[in-house]
Amino acid sequence: MDRTIHVSNKGATLDTNRRNFLKLGGAGLVVAGLTMAGCRQDNYQPIEDPIFDLGKGDVGILNFAYALEQLEADFYTKVVNNFYAGISIAEKQLFTDIYNHEVIHRDFFKAAITAAGATPTPKLEFKYDGVDFSSRNSILATAKALEDTGVAAYNGAGKYIKNLAYLVIAGQIVSVEARHASAIRNAINPGSMDFAGDDVINVTTGLDVAKEPKEIIAAAGPFYKTPFTWKEQGIG
Amino acid sequence: MNLLTILDKLSDDKFFSSESSRLESLSHLTGLGKSAALAAIPLGLSSFMASSASAAETSSFGAAPATALTDALQLALTLEYLEDEYYRMGIAKAGLIQTADRTVFMQISKHETAHVAYLKAAITAAGTTPVSKPTFDFTGGKGSGNGPFQPFTDYQTFMILAQAFEDTGVRAYKGQAGNVASSPAVLQVALQIHSVEARHASQVRRMRMQKGWIEGNNGGNMPAATNATYAGEEKTIQAGYETATLFGAAAGSASFDETITGDQAVAIASLFIV
Repeated sequence: MDRTIHVSNKGATLDTNRRNFLKLGGAGLVVAGLTMAGCRQDNYQPIEDPIFDLGKGDVGILNFAYALEQLEADFYTKVVNNFYAGISIAEKQLFTDIYNHEVIHRDFFKAAITAAGATPTPKLEFKYDGVDFSSRNSILATAKALEDTGVAAYNGAGKYIKNLAYLVIAGQIVSVEARHASAIRNAINPGSMDFAGDDVINVTTGLDVAKEPKEIIAAAGPFYKTPFTWKEQGIG
Repeated sequence: MNLLTILDKLSDDKFFSSESSRLESLSHLTGLGKSAALAAIPLGLSSFMASSASAAETSSFGAAPATALTDALQLALTLEYLEDEYYRMGIAKAGLIQTADRTVFMQISKHETAHVAYLKAAITAAGTTPVSKPTFDFTGGKGSGNGPFQPFTDYQTFMILAQAFEDTGVRAYKGQAGNVASSPAVLQVALQIHSVEARHASQVRRMRMQKGWIEGNNGGNMPAATNATYAGEEKTIQAGYETATLFGAAAGSASFDETITGDQAVAIASLFIV
């Protein structure tokens, strides 16, 4: 029987003496996982899961996108499976549509990475500290952060994509993420400038946010329970 | 320089053949930031220019043409001219935009003005003269002012064309990805404009009581004259993956936006260029 124990690297109490165990802390991933495999309750043999590396070149980018889409899909799955009380019909539709799109994106990347002959990131686990799934405000705020992060991630990663077919795919997805971000932002503050607010669109250049993969992982890190590395981008 | 001649050259032909120039641009990128001409340009812009210039330099050695990149920027500038003038005229027309919607259109207009200025500076810094602003007739009347659309007297029409321009812009930027990929810096800027257009499109669509995303090739209660903007958006197979399997064709098609070629973008914009 396998058991997985997740240990925060902030105040981790398991003494492992294993150098790699909490290796990700500096890169912003604050939690590492440890699998206790095939052992009796009274005789744990800690065995590390080999920490997955997203990979090199375009495979790394695809896995990065897959990791982000897994997070979005997981979040909206929780939202639609247990809508906050009193949700309007319009917002039910809004979240259902976005849920559909993100699940499709997630499954698309898994298929694309497999088709490229590479290994997709394993199914990741997530945690939502501080997110209250029963609160409209909390859900909208989290959705806004995730969508804006998605936009910034694709905008920043595009230049690393070598295969132009993948670049176009990234473009096809990022504009949908931007449409989502606009919708969520408008739901928070209807009729305001926030759908493309001055907090994300530079008022002088008119440019949206673009962030390097490392910044994205640092920002989204608190959501990831499963550790991974992306050595090519200096992560982990 | 004839705008339409330049625009006509744009196509996706170079799409899968620019890998070598892309790598060369990367290797040129660092050396070019120091030129005196570039030193005066604000920080964010200068890296953009440097790589544009590097692409131009590459072409002088007979490698892949940098004109693909500047032509793509000229197309982008033309579309931004169109949007910028359109929103300026709409905002200036007393009584057209209902009060509750003015904040949104002012914000969109602000971005389009910024995009025009940014692209003009970028094209200039790349050693090319930016195309002049065309003369627009937003009625579609080719200068008669009496075409099939009356966007400045009918608010619904104003919103219809706004939606069409934004959704077209999203597709057009995406369609130029292969032509600007030779410069990582320019590619990133193009992406950063592209997602702004998508945010706009989503908002205008909602103001028309439509979803922010495009399901099938249905623009959402749009006149047939805008069909070209939505043709092909119904696609559900992406790189061999059927996106309709999980939740049906509407969700599948909406989860991926589609490209249009430079020619297609020009054809749409030309309806409003005198």
